[in-house]
Amino acid sequence: MNVSFELNGKQTTLEIEQRESLAEVLRGRCRLTGVKISCEAQVCGSCTVLVDDLPVSACTLLAYEVRGKRVTTIEGLADDSGRLHPLQQAFLDHFSFQCGYCTPGMILAAKALLDENSAATDAEIVAHMNGNLCRCTGYLPILKAIRQAANQLRGQK
Amino acid sequence: MKPLSDFQIVNHSVPRGDGIPKVTGGAIYTSDMVVEHMAWAKVLRSPFARARILSIDASAAKAQPGVIDILTGYDLKGLQPYYGHGVKDHPLIAIGQVRFVGEPVAAVIAENELAAQEALGKINVDYEELDPILDVDTAMAEGTPRIHETDFADGSFRGFDDFPGAAGNICQAVHVGWGDVDAAFAKAAHIAEGEFYFPMVYAYAMEPYVAIADFDAKGHLTVYTSGQHPFMVRHDVAHVFRLPLNSVRIIVPYIGGGYGSKSYTKIEPLVAACSWKSGRPVKLQLSVEEAFLTTRGDDARVRIRTAVDARGHLVARQATIHLNTGAYAENSPMVCRKAANRIVGPYRIPNIKIDCFAVYTNTVPASSYRGLGGAQVTFPGESQMDELAEMSGSDPVEFRLKNLAHSGESIHPGMRPIDADIPGDIREAAKMLRMDRPLAPGHGRSVCCSASDAGAHPVTLAMVQVYADGAVSVLSGSTEIGQGSHTVLTQIAAEEMGVPLEKVRLIGSDTAVTLFERSTGASRTTTLMGRAVLEACREAIAQIKVMAEEVFAVDADKLVEERGGLRHGGKFLTWANILEQYFKMEGCSIVGRAYLRKAGDLTLVPVFWEIGVVGVEIALDEETGKICLDSLVTIGDVGLAIHPAMTEGQDLGAATMGLGAGLFEELIYDGQQLMNGTMLEYRVPRFSDLAKNIDMKLVQNRDGVGPYGAKGGGEGAVNPISPCIANALYRATGARIRTLPLTPERVWKALQEKKGAAPR
Ligand code: FES
Ligand code: FES
Repeated sequence: MNVSFELNGKQTTLEIEQRESLAEVLRGRCRLTGVKISCEAQVCGSCTVLVDDLPVSACTLLAYEVRGKRVTTIEGLADDSGRLHPLQQAFLDHFSFQCGYCTPGMILAAKALLDENSAATDAEIVAHMNGNLCRCTGYLPILKAIRQAANQLRGQK
Repeated sequence: MKPLSDFQIVNHSVPRGDGIPKVTGGAIYTSDMVVEHMAWAKVLRSPFARARILSIDASAAKAQPGVIDILTGYDLKGLQPYYGHGVKDHPLIAIGQVRFVGEPVAAVIAENELAAQEALGKINVDYEELDPILDVDTAMAEGTPRIHETDFADGSFRGFDDFPGAAGNICQAVHVGWGDVDAAFAKAAHIAEGEFYFPMVYAYAMEPYVAIADFDAKGHLTVYTSGQHPFMVRHDVAHVFRLPLNSVRIIVPYIGGGYGSKSYTKIEPLVAACSWKSGRPVKLQLSVEEAFLTTRGDDARVRIRTAVDARGHLVARQATIHLNTGAYAENSPMVCRKAANRIVGPYRIPNIKIDCFAVYTNTVPASSYRGLGGAQVTFPGESQMDELAEMSGSDPVEFRLKNLAHSGESIHPGMRPIDADIPGDIREAAKMLRMDRPLAPGHGRSVCCSASDAGAHPVTLAMVQVYADGAVSVLSGSTEIGQGSHTVLTQIAAEEMGVPLEKVRLIGSDTAVTLFERSTGASRTTTLMGRAVLEACREAIAQIKVMAEEVFAVDADKLVEERGGLRHGGKFLTWANILEQYFKMEGCSIVGRAYLRKAGDLTLVPVFWEIGVVGVEIALDEETGKICLDSLVTIGDVGLAIHPAMTEGQDLGAATMGLGAGLFEELIYDGQQLMNGTMLEYRVPRFSDLAKNIDMKLVQNRDGVGPYGAKGGGEGAVNPISPCIANALYRATGARIRTLPLTPERVWKALQEKKGAAPR
């Protein structure tokens, strides 16, 4: 079947099979391998992408469900000149990753929160991010990065 | 020694070398890779823990659309199909029998994953079920059949001193001892005695095991893998296929987590055999569920007693440790060795008797898990330190201080003396935790420590290339598993060569390109590879100095070395300038190299003592038994932190991993079946488990054998966390729990028992 959606700002039409998950399509057909697969069960958040600005687990969403919608992956976050999103910069500044496997999902989940509420408290950040696992960092560096990006985004508003 | 203030790049938290790729999605892991003309494999797994394979009929599967070939244990003629760096007991696919539920029995190679998956159901395997041997006691009982009926040859492992130790179902036995424990216990003032249990855990590296193998037309084999130890994999794979070492090329891109679970050889021989059989490059990507069935940590039952004299000095410790090693040895013989060494702790104990056994059972094979036996034995050891402090009427911190080995003192006869300030570390942790504050109800605090003989066998070779345009490349066989090796090694080269960090490139983890590095584990990379890179830079500089005599037209002793080059009077030339003028040709580079081995100051084992020092304050909800961390403090006694922020990151990561095993993580078997082998059921630490207050500190006494006095980190803090929580719980409630994890249910039950036992 054919599916059309907006992918990282570009209108895209793909020939897919009905059973394919969004993660399979993005990784396999679009080579957007920043979408990471781990648990395949909506537990870890490593496959998080934004669909109409909301975080979803691409591992368990059928690709055709995004027809007509806007999909953002980590590859689409920096602006056209290549300038990093404040969250990406904050993750660099606070060493908020080690192996980096959870990182795209973390950044996108955090973006969804800050787009909605750049004044999120620590408790709100923790509650929002609780569906994203990281086995390396112990989370504090990620929390610090999200705080920094929130401050910066508030400043821009 | 160069003062700290002189460092321009080392000891600074510079941007990570892998930073931009990892925040933009550009970082490529093995799971992201495809190669031209690649086929996919899927694995059929055993439903039985112990059974004979009577026959396999794959003809229907082979006829499925898209299926290229099938591999079973009947197809391995000409290969040496058993591998293992310690004991060669592991067939690359089941041969004649299966030894755990989940063992690979057949692999389908197909044009795509779906076709391979669908064909699995068409394979018919005829089994004869045998009684499974599922626990250590059954395995060791008189008359129990052997899980491995043959004795296996020693593995390829260089650096095991005492191998193999197999008899019956004992895969390895290690005995450590000195003094006379019986006499010491007879005279002791107080004795703590008990049985402890550390659970079966799963490391959950978020990237599951994956490899691509490609036999080319000349018979050379290339393997891309998420493995931690490419050179160990090379050795095993070369042995299986009877290839010379230069015919096997192992390439390791970024690795999505390991924590020991990706050390040594895992699926690579199987994937290579799929390529060998089918004539195609083949990728095998395991799911997390399959990763649960590939490797786990050894669970440990520890019977231990420890004695003090009337003045509160430790006089003896005796322990019997049983590790449930599962179906294949993997690295458990080394876990066995390390658990036996590490249970002594960082203390002066004049009489020791430790007997440690790694025991085969029909369960998922156990292997390295962060801390390598340390977490399993620090729990009983440090729990008893608190028990003995109480018996002696002393404060647990004071009691530890009285017994801790000081820098330069030996805790194991014949080993390297302690190269850290553990008493200072403990004092600092107690201060950071503010132990003197009154405790709120339901709160308890504790500070615990561990000492691990770390670094593994020191054989580490490195090269640097110094270019005539001022660029420098570091060629290192250490893998980037998230620990930051690709950053730290470039920092050292930039510091030594006097060039900006941006000019240094790390070329890594390709056995056809870099020299040998034994492994990336045991917290060794900064210490050993860091030092090799430093020495390789110095060796390059020594070569350039000889060239400089010609370029400057003066004797070497007239030339003064300054950062980045040489001066003669008013004339300064960088290393690059000298190369350019010497060769009079653009694009030249020279190679500096270093070969570290067990010699000189690396003769004594361990390479360094890795110290874990943590403190916690817990908050207990007595209604539910749920434990939360109010405060966590860590001390990283690392000699010198090449990159302070990443070093602290290692401490927090290790402490958090320890927290998992302390509070929630446990693989549960029901009969022969692993019951909770999915991330829906296996609970690891999450954001909401973060301690409310976190304080981390680095101690930099430059007392290690690594570059500038550095030592490794990253595994210390995992060890003392669980006893620290258990001790804090005791402090809060008077309940002593000797079985992990401290789940709400277990804690609640212990509290009820405690209440029931108390006089009303
Ligand atoms: S892979 Fe999708 S949530 Fe884990
Ligand atoms: S950085 Fe490795 S899992 Fe988060």
